[in-house]
Amino acid sequence: MESGEDRAARSKEATVLETAMEAGHILLENGAEIFRVEETMDRICNYFGVPERNFFVLSNGIFTTGGSMPDRRYARVRHIPVKGTQLNKVVAVNQLSREVEEGRYTIEEVWARLEEIRRMPGKTVRMQILASGVGSACFCYLFGGSLADSGAAFAAGLVLYAFVLKVSGPHLSKIMGNLCGGALVTFLCILCYRLGFGDNMNHMIIGSIIPLVPGVPFTNGIRDIADGDYISGAVRLLDAMLVFLCVAIGVGVMFMIYQRVVGGVLL
Amino acid sequence: MIGQTVAAAVGTIAFSLLYNVPKKYYVYCGITGGSGWFLYSLLTRYAGATATEATFFATVLVIVMSRFFAVWERCPVTVFLISGIFPLVPGAGIYWTAYYLVTNELRLALMNGFAALKAAVAIVLGIVLVFEIPYGVFRIKRGGKSRR
Repeated sequence: MESGEDRAARSKEATVLETAMEAGHILLENGAEIFRVEETMDRICNYFGVPERNFFVLSNGIFTTGGSMPDRRYARVRHIPVKGTQLNKVVAVNQLSREVEEGRYTIEEVWARLEEIRRMPGKTVRMQILASGVGSACFCYLFGGSLADSGAAFAAGLVLYAFVLKVSGPHLSKIMGNLCGGALVTFLCILCYRLGFGDNMNHMIIGSIIPLVPGVPFTNGIRDIADGDYISGAVRLLDAMLVFLCVAIGVGVMFMIYQRVVGGVLL
Repeated sequence: MIGQTVAAAVGTIAFSLLYNVPKKYYVYCGITGGSGWFLYSLLTRYAGATATEATFFATVLVIVMSRFFAVWERCPVTVFLISGIFPLVPGAGIYWTAYYLVTNELRLALMNGFAALKAAVAIVLGIVLVFEIPYGVFRIKRGGKSRR
């Protein structure tokens, strides 16, 4: 039988490890690098005095064991599916972990703070759609499009993100979603071009597919590999490659359909 | 070129908004993305650099700036890096590859595909290189403990 003292110590350790895991979960889910997840969990455990712990963090899961009682160790596995990136949450948890080290919080307060961070609101749908439109227009201009092209890219970017948020995000797989996204953008740009709006269809399409470009898995994958987290890095890079490929296929398929329908050569 | 640089900055800010970067960092993201593109077009137009070389140096600039801002503002470098690198990601290359594949110009498709791949490798090299620099280097003025 374990004594009451042991039990209290064990439950404290479990709470700390659970809290560290929650922090790791929020970080990983919102596009933090692997080393940052491990480091943050380590800091929390270090400060609250859990010397015996091991974390194994992958791009979609965290494995933790810990605790000083030999036969009553804490062990958890959490599966963390990839979700949208909300860097404000990464910033908030990062800030929290620094404040923890300065000794400003008890473990219960840290937990409460993490729950708050989890509930932090994202941008509204309207803002996201608008941002996608503006981004598309800017990148169209960047790659050599005229102002009219940018206008068309703006419209295509708006529709694209409405599609991403309402259809492909909740209902389609990643492969299908990006394929359809690429095809949709191409369709819209061809339509604009045929209606006489915009000067160069290529620039319009290039600008408007940019919101689909997987910037987060691409950069994070590279950085994970540079840090020696090969498994996670490879998975993230594969994810990025797959998305690139799907967008390209989507664009290509729509071009082929266009060629079949209109006949003759493109443009 | 000034117009394009402004477009790069605004575009970068738009994407940082998509990724939910806190408002106070928008300006830094814009500066990072804008200067990356500025250096890129400067090198390709006036210094005779190839797209790959220009991408490499622009990436290095973007990451140095991101790391500097991260230490300055004491926040994760990811915040500035992800949106700042956006103008340099070879989105256009991917498009042209798909375009020429469909129009059956395989030679051009291959050329563009490899160009995109080379740009991607340049970005990888740039990122890996700058993250080798110890973070103390970026600690200017505001001292204290910071994370990369």
